[in-house]
Amino acid sequence: MLKKQKILIALVFGVAAVGLIIAGPVGAKVEGDTIVFGSAVSFTGKYSTNGKHTKNGYDLAAKRINEMGGVKVGNKKYKIKIQYYDDESTPARAGQLAERLIKQDGIKFILGPYGSGPTKGMAPITEKHKIPMVEGNGASRSLFNKGYKYLFAVLSTSEKYLAESINLLAEQFKKAGRDPSSAKVAIAVENDPFSMDIRAGVLDDAKRWGMKVIIDDKLPKELTDMTATLTKVKALKPDLLVVSGHSKGAALAVRQTSQMKVDVPMLALTHCEAADVIGKFGGDANYTLCATQWAETMTYKDKWFGFAGDYAVTFKKAYGYMPPYQAAESTASVLVYVDAIERAGSFDTKKVRDALAATKLETFYGNIDFDDTGKNIAKPMVLRQIQKGKLVPVAPSKFAGGQVIFPKPKWATR
Amino acid sequence: MQGFQILFAAPIFSVQLLIDGILIGAIFALAAYGMALVWGVMKIINFAQGEFVILGGFIAFAFINTGIHPFLGVPLAAVSLYIIGWFLYRLVIVRIVEKDLFISILATFGISIFMQQIMNQIFGADVQTAESGMGTWFLFNNNVTVLQIKVVSFVIALVIGACLALFMKKARLGQAIRATAQNARAARILGIDTDKVYSTTFALNAAICGATGALVLMIWVIQPFMGLAYTIRSFMIVIVAGIGNVAGVIVAGLGLGAVENFAGFILGTEFQAAFVFSLLVVILVWRNFLLKLKRSYLE
Amino acid sequence: MNNTGRKFVLYGSILVISLAAPWMLPAYQTQLAFLWMMVLFALTWDLVGGQMGYTSFGNIVFFGVGMYVTAVIQRNLHFDIEEYVHVAGAVDMLTPGQYLAGLFLGLGASTIASVIVAAILGACILAMGMRGQYFGICTLGLGVAAGELASGWEYIGAGSGMVTPVFPDGLGERGVFFYYIFFLLAGILFLTLRWLYSGRFGLAIKAIRDDEDKAEAMGIHTTRYKIIAWCICAFFLSLAGGAAGHLIGFIDPTEVAFAGATFGVWMILMAILGGKGTLWGPVIGAVIFHFTQELFWTYLFGWQRVALGGLIIAVVVFFPQGIMGWLRDRWPERFGYWVEESSGSDPFGDAKP
Repeated sequence: MLKKQKILIALVFGVAAVGLIIAGPVGAKVEGDTIVFGSAVSFTGKYSTNGKHTKNGYDLAAKRINEMGGVKVGNKKYKIKIQYYDDESTPARAGQLAERLIKQDGIKFILGPYGSGPTKGMAPITEKHKIPMVEGNGASRSLFNKGYKYLFAVLSTSEKYLAESINLLAEQFKKAGRDPSSAKVAIAVENDPFSMDIRAGVLDDAKRWGMKVIIDDKLPKELTDMTATLTKVKALKPDLLVVSGHSKGAALAVRQTSQMKVDVPMLALTHCEAADVIGKFGGDANYTLCATQWAETMTYKDKWFGFAGDYAVTFKKAYGYMPPYQAAESTASVLVYVDAIERAGSFDTKKVRDALAATKLETFYGNIDFDDTGKNIAKPMVLRQIQKGKLVPVAPSKFAGGQVIFPKPKWATR
Repeated sequence: MQGFQILFAAPIFSVQLLIDGILIGAIFALAAYGMALVWGVMKIINFAQGEFVILGGFIAFAFINTGIHPFLGVPLAAVSLYIIGWFLYRLVIVRIVEKDLFISILATFGISIFMQQIMNQIFGADVQTAESGMGTWFLFNNNVTVLQIKVVSFVIALVIGACLALFMKKARLGQAIRATAQNARAARILGIDTDKVYSTTFALNAAICGATGALVLMIWVIQPFMGLAYTIRSFMIVIVAGIGNVAGVIVAGLGLGAVENFAGFILGTEFQAAFVFSLLVVILVWRNFLLKLKRSYLE
Repeated sequence: MNNTGRKFVLYGSILVISLAAPWMLPAYQTQLAFLWMMVLFALTWDLVGGQMGYTSFGNIVFFGVGMYVTAVIQRNLHFDIEEYVHVAGAVDMLTPGQYLAGLFLGLGASTIASVIVAAILGACILAMGMRGQYFGICTLGLGVAAGELASGWEYIGAGSGMVTPVFPDGLGERGVFFYYIFFLLAGILFLTLRWLYSGRFGLAIKAIRDDEDKAEAMGIHTTRYKIIAWCICAFFLSLAGGAAGHLIGFIDPTEVAFAGATFGVWMILMAILGGKGTLWGPVIGAVIFHFTQELFWTYLFGWQRVALGGLIIAVVVFFPQGIMGWLRDRWPERFGYWVEESSGSDPFGDAKP
């Protein structure tokens, strides 16, 4: 080979090296008097809507904490800042970004991504490098059986999401004098990790009550139409239809059940708020059950934001819309971190990790208490029903204020 | 095979599936008309077809938000997309016409990524929809529901198909398009402005997609990253119909919609997409096999 | 220094830098590992697409097959399958010995599986004579269909995907381990291709690209060469897939394994960028593409996909001959093909090393 070719090849590798150096560290764990948190969030791709909510949640927390003086470690007060990357809604990217944040940017405290998939991509890496990750949007139970010591989740895990609806159904059956095990359940979930976990939770609970699952559809990821599933629902007449397909699934479920006049005594969805079904479909959305990690009507409170309702007002003022639970749990993650760092009194990751594990904190989002695996066991999922255009908590019946309307009135009478 | 049992026990649901499938297929056929044209005339596979559809939906949504009636969104989206398509042609497409086909796939794929992000930035990543205000027909004792808006779209698909066919046959420009499709060089020699033909074809494609998007907005929902489904289906329809065969598109579209719906019902929704694409592969292999018997091949 | 001497220096320096890279740049180990994977992607695509002229959009099938086969073997060997699926992941850590055994056994099995798949697909598609645009479309359909089928198959995790075992302690850094694996794979691939291209095989596939019917008429068994080329492609891609699955840690059927919209397209783009149909072209293209992507990510936050789309358009529309192609046009005496008249040894001695 000739000289010019050799020079060219060397040049290419040289450019590469220069590129690497330029693309070097963008931040370190503590710059001066600012603590830098790192996060990989979905700005693009299918989770981008919720990625936005997550980022807004994190940002609002940072703003509030800085407004209130910052984080106290030793004698000094530190401001906080968050470094973001786009994980494009894919686990592979999220994993790579975790490496980048830890190794290149020197980040010592990681805030979780949106979605179980990306969280699953990041967790092994943060665990390997012993960097704590506090997340509020990765609910898959498979994150918590690997013995991770550095992963903490403030939210209720995924299998709890709609399992409450099974219990509610059983309760209503008993009230009406019918045997709960005679109930028929239909499941339609998107074929992705999160929704499949929800399905697993529903299946487990249905098995406990002895109910039959008569429809078990896995909707394609590029879903545009649910009519085939709804046709089955019309044919087989289940007592409960559970749908989980992120915002798209929720919107389609409400829209198409009303268009096709599908009568199901109970319809339970995830992501109603994120899809804004009340705003978009008005009266058609009534009587739908919505699973939520948090509601602004709950009476939890904390020193940063006050009551849940106060948080909602603050959020709305800052961003122009009511916070969905994805934003609230993101904010809570930051609060938990700050609380732990203050208790640890240091930036040493092991000490912070131990402080996190010992957390017993009430936040506007709910109570936080982590078990050995990093799950938050102090906060139950809430089911709300849309009644007259408003979300009313109806389950768990013990703590909820409202009464569920069951069965859903038939379309013909509405 | 739960689906099978249901259909066996209550055949009325086959009617629902069939009607739904055909109506869904009509929408996909709408998206496919332009694809057939562009592929036949310019030898370009437009991988951004779905993004044109979604963009049309968003533009209609933007107009509807200013208060106009949702139905006006259809022509408005069509016109807007015609202009956008024309600009896109001038900027990018003009350089890849008559080049290697896979160059066109890659270039339009690049355009699709580009458009997805632009839509994401401008319109936000939220799912959007619009109310057409139309109702539903209930047949066979409420067992079969037919959305009126879907039927309207079906009619629009037929009308546009007929108009296109007529246009290609009778209008000067239509004939010029056909001539260019047959042999671009000969057309040029005979005095046809092939550049105008290309730009018109591409812009027309965009316009039809725009109209489709406005309809999709009223029937289902749109979101910046939902375009791929439309791209792939229109692609498949064109292959089944035969490139450049506009009349075949509507038939293939309806057929594909129905087949896909039944497959999803019977095989299980998780295999619906797998079935569709496997079908594509099988059709191509089969077509090729038939040609091989004549010592020819698909190229 | 004569030609051979120069070659030696070039290869030697690349070898030394590459071997030392993970230690010189410890923060970028995983990214460097992916760099070699990209090189492998570009080279394998170029074999079938650039050298042979059969632009395939579905090579990702082999990557995904490799990934899943390795992961399944790893899982079945060490864990109770039902528990694994129910709990969606391993509960216990593997010992280094178990991990390596599963990994290498899995890699071996994936090569067999993917070559079989390539042979079957080749028999249905290539042997039947499908070419050009239809070949591209057919392979595109295959790529998507494979991803969707994997999404529906419970045994391999369906839509939830599969989690590969956590990298055990005692094998060093995960990034370094996989860096060397990918480097080794890419290196072996490169040397294999170099040997193939300089011999009869290279001539045959180039002849197929130039004019298949004439090649057939001249007595070249085009079908055989086509299928063999595709099988070689499948072999290496499956190895890359198996390793990648373990590096990424989480296998999603359509986003990671059969990632047509990302890896599948990048394969083609990198080869074109560097110059398809050349030996070094795909390598150069892969390096530049990978680093450009990283730069976009860091500095064009939120807009990086727009930039990526723009890059794809720019390369494909304005620069389809790629870097090597451009170099050849500019300095034909330096980079072009040499046709020397000499007695005996092969008459088409390339200027490439």
